[in-house]
Amino acid sequence: MKVLVTAKRVIDPYVKVRVKSDGTGVETANIKMTINPFCEIAVEQAVRMKEAGSVTEIVVVSIGVTQCQETIRTAMAMGADRGILVETTEEMQPLAVAKVLKAIVEKEKPNLVIMGKQAIDDDSNQCGQMLAALLNWPQATHISNVTVNGDSAEITREIDGGLEKLTIKVPAVVTADLRLNEPRYVTLPNIMKAKKKPLEIVKPDALGVDVKPRLKTLKVAEPASRSAGVKVADVAELVAKLKNEARVI
Amino acid sequence: MAILVIAEHDGKQLKPGTTNTITAAGKLGGDVSVLIAGQGCAEAGAAAAKVKGVAKVLVADAAHYAGALAENMAALILGIAKSYTHIVAPATGFGKNFMPRVAALLDVQQISDISSVESADTFVRPTYAGNVMATVQSSDPIKVVTVRATAFDPAGDGGSAAMENLAAAADAGLSKFNGQELTKSARPELTAARIIVSGGRGMGSAENFKILDPLADKLGAAVGASRAAVDSGFVPNDYQVGQTGKIVAPELYVAVGISGAIQHLAGMKDSKVIVAINKDAEAPIFSVASYWLVDDLFKAVPEMVKELS
Repeated sequence: MKVLVTAKRVIDPYVKVRVKSDGTGVETANIKMTINPFCEIAVEQAVRMKEAGSVTEIVVVSIGVTQCQETIRTAMAMGADRGILVETTEEMQPLAVAKVLKAIVEKEKPNLVIMGKQAIDDDSNQCGQMLAALLNWPQATHISNVTVNGDSAEITREIDGGLEKLTIKVPAVVTADLRLNEPRYVTLPNIMKAKKKPLEIVKPDALGVDVKPRLKTLKVAEPASRSAGVKVADVAELVAKLKNEARVI
Repeated sequence: MAILVIAEHDGKQLKPGTTNTITAAGKLGGDVSVLIAGQGCAEAGAAAAKVKGVAKVLVADAAHYAGALAENMAALILGIAKSYTHIVAPATGFGKNFMPRVAALLDVQQISDISSVESADTFVRPTYAGNVMATVQSSDPIKVVTVRATAFDPAGDGGSAAMENLAAAADAGLSKFNGQELTKSARPELTAARIIVSGGRGMGSAENFKILDPLADKLGAAVGASRAAVDSGFVPNDYQVGQTGKIVAPELYVAVGISGAIQHLAGMKDSKVIVAINKDAEAPIFSVASYWLVDDLFKAVPEMVKELS
């Protein structure tokens, strides 16, 4: 079975994001970038399935600027076999990403696509569902378990009140939630090995995909900050404040 | 403007979040219709018809809408989408699952998790874990929108909408719903609770996490957790409050042993009153707290229970 995974390059989640002073976007110059944490979980899942013997090849795809090659190398150091960078400096919105991925899926013909449930920069949570729709494949979002048996897969999904079980046909698109696995740390020998793995670079035009953004960002701003709070000395004071000042209990 | 709200329900009642979504839909200006899809969901349809601001309720009742499978929901919505200018759903696990599928099939770019309606085509939505608010304008003919429920008030009763049956679309046959395992709790649901008591990594273990129970019981509160507590296996994932968990905005949020990672703050910083209890005087959670107490939680929490008795 062949698996396709995606790896988005995002601002490191532990970095404080700052809005540019002209309100056109966020500061990305000299900011630490990393693989989107949910993409990392997706890659780890594919690698575990390969280690268990059910997967023969893992292809990792990233879309964006030249530096996304680093993101692909990270996924390769985890265990992906081959990389494809769709290189563009355009702002790639989820629908455009899904269209690019569809073109690649049609070429690569994987049995399963594993993606992160959302990217932690844009927080849209759309690409996996959109890709499944465009391919007319089944989808399973927010998964915490997946077992592929021939032409179907048993799925456990995280839902608001607990868990949900599905059986879906394969090929399919699934998106990883937090508890699917805990990604491994990449080791130096594997980073060295990853440098020798094949990485193909293509342009969206060559895939025949229109990636023009549909949403225009008029401005970005920091949210209104909360007014400063009060330090209380002990529990008695806390409870008194909640009762008499805030009147919430 | 003609607006279609996709309701989340349990067959009998609307789920919390749906009435807030109806309020958001009302701000678009136009007739609001509500779609109830499910198996045996006539009662939920009747409940939707009573919500203020709803002009029409469409009920699609069929076995293959049980579990709201994305493939079947998308096919159903697609069949009627062209009659609407906006298709709107709550940005809960329910709406997140099928709405992008609808958008892709309509060849439109969804606008996720809006926190404000600026006009019929312009919305504000949080990005970067709520640290950046983006104002975006859509150029698509049909706007597919998911709504951050906590940013809008719930619509009240007082409506008397007409009800109509909607013929089911064919079963896509791509996926099968095998049931749900819901966490059983006598406490209110996180997203609907007036008060939430949440624990973090500072709780130390699943066993220790239980010391929050008497406090939650005293306050009539729901129990939540930070991603760190979920990661450490103290509690199930559906307790998670944060960027990638549930977004909440209760009257009172009590954060116990939670340091306040950006990820967590994103899910709770719109709460009206925030209390933080942490032994680390430098914990970032204090920056958003209305009241904070620097103390050992294992001493402070039982004291608080006693104080409330």
